[in-house]
Amino acid sequence: MTDKAMKAKVRTARLPLQNKRASLSKESNVFLFMAVPGFILFFIFHTYPALQGIFYSFTDWKGYGDWSFVGIKNYLNVFKDARALDAYIFTFQFAVLSTIIVNIISMLIALGLNAKIKFQKTLRAIFFLPFILSILIVGFIFNFIFSHLLPTLGQNLGIELLSKNILGDPDLAWIGIVVVAVWQAVAFNTILYLAGLVTITEDLYEAASIDGAGRWTQFWKITFPLIAPFFTINMVLAMKGFLMVFDQIVALTGGGPGTSTESISLLIYRGGFEGGQFAYQSANAVIYFVVIVIISIIQLKVLERREAGN
Amino acid sequence: MIGKKTNWPVTVLLMLASLCVLLPFYLTITIALKTPQEMAGNLLALPQTWEFENFSRAIEMTNFFNAFGNSAFVTIFVVVFTVLTNSMVAYAIARNMHKKFYKFLFYYFVSAMFIPFPIIMLPIVNQTSAWGMDNLAGLIVLYVVYNLSFNMFIYIGYIRSIPKELEEAAIMDGASTWGVFWKVIFPLLAPMNATVAILTCLGAWNDFLLPLVIVSDRDLATLPVVQYVFQSQFSTDYNLAFASYLMALAPMIIVYVLAQKWIISGVMRGSIK
Repeated sequence: MTDKAMKAKVRTARLPLQNKRASLSKESNVFLFMAVPGFILFFIFHTYPALQGIFYSFTDWKGYGDWSFVGIKNYLNVFKDARALDAYIFTFQFAVLSTIIVNIISMLIALGLNAKIKFQKTLRAIFFLPFILSILIVGFIFNFIFSHLLPTLGQNLGIELLSKNILGDPDLAWIGIVVVAVWQAVAFNTILYLAGLVTITEDLYEAASIDGAGRWTQFWKITFPLIAPFFTINMVLAMKGFLMVFDQIVALTGGGPGTSTESISLLIYRGGFEGGQFAYQSANAVIYFVVIVIISIIQLKVLERREAGN
Repeated sequence: MIGKKTNWPVTVLLMLASLCVLLPFYLTITIALKTPQEMAGNLLALPQTWEFENFSRAIEMTNFFNAFGNSAFVTIFVVVFTVLTNSMVAYAIARNMHKKFYKFLFYYFVSAMFIPFPIIMLPIVNQTSAWGMDNLAGLIVLYVVYNLSFNMFIYIGYIRSIPKELEEAAIMDGASTWGVFWKVIFPLLAPMNATVAILTCLGAWNDFLLPLVIVSDRDLATLPVVQYVFQSQFSTDYNLAFASYLMALAPMIIVYVLAQKWIISGVMRGSIK
């Protein structure tokens, strides 16, 4: 212990109250010094641009040059814009469908990995692998699978449905995007479910099977209620991630054919940077934000009630 | 579990399912090693000879080492600064949650998670280019700052589980709050630091949208952006394209193979919090 520290300690002993007050204010200064710069930077680079986006959504700014206020005209136009409406419909259908598929598949894989199996560690490592990869590059690889591998396979096997590139068909291209999104997202969701499953002790199942409960009953009466919190998190996180879909679409279809697979993020990116629609797409982004908040709240409310009900 | 027999049907089903994960890798590696002539034959066949020339062509064409350097530079700095700063902010908030200001900060950072990036995307591009931040340093600042929101969540839960007595003992020994954090708390946060480091590393290395919109200079492009930019030049030369993809994916795959157990448990830890 240094002399200074020793003296401080002696002083603490002599003047407990006064010294405590002094050290408390010094302590709170240090805490402020730790937290405030982070707060200021976050405000400058996150909140301030968000506020700017909201501000410009009431103007006619193109992203450069002069601007003037136009009131809520941009918002009204977004609601009347068929392309925007299509993007919203596409994004929601995609997000809902992918969320459901991902949760079913990852629940099944997690149940499998949690069973008494051989090569458990290796299999777990393989199923988690997609999580560490760039979605964009995975998308490029799948682009080749859809445009070359599957059609050749389909032609050789004489399966009509497979023999053309689904990404080139406006009615089927979404399937390709769902496949890539699911392929990647299953990895993380499986790990989450597995984290929930390993907390359930074997005794519970033994007791249940003594009571004559079958596998199906065991799952719905024991497993599912116990991992319900993980189910909630998975549904909300997966849905939120899918509503932001961007990389997969850039890599697979670029929003096409036409604008049949254009998501909201892609539309805002394109219109905002390439179409000179800074203000208009800002209005679109504000609507998008409101929609995401509403969906997240509804999801949490509904799923939490489910959990409580169980 | 003890004494139970191996469940072979489930093992076999999972092995079949794992082929769905492995097939794209098999395809990527074999095509990266084939010649254009071989592409006319069976796409799933193994390459007849290993055509390493695809890699040297891809390195030259995409200036691979430059992009690799950019990605590595950004990722390393983002990971280091994120772990050091985000844990510090979280500590200050976690220990002062009874005060209004810190409670406000907590809800401020957490509610920011609901704000979708597109609403920030258009203004931040103007802002960063006006402030001369349309480069790798700017990208690093943005990642570190944006990470705060999610990491607050993981760190604070963990910090609250650390008994305050440890800090009080250190203060008794004459340590300052600053010293307590770096000498006592930060080392105790090691498991969470690892989780945050892993997630941050993957996020920064694989991200496409932020570098795409922020960095305008092509020489500063990161690996995913380079794959996107060269997409039209790869054209139908899939051997070249796949060699390039493989090299861009390889660093993370190598890290994963070496530290797989660690990475999975790290992500699990983060997700339970």
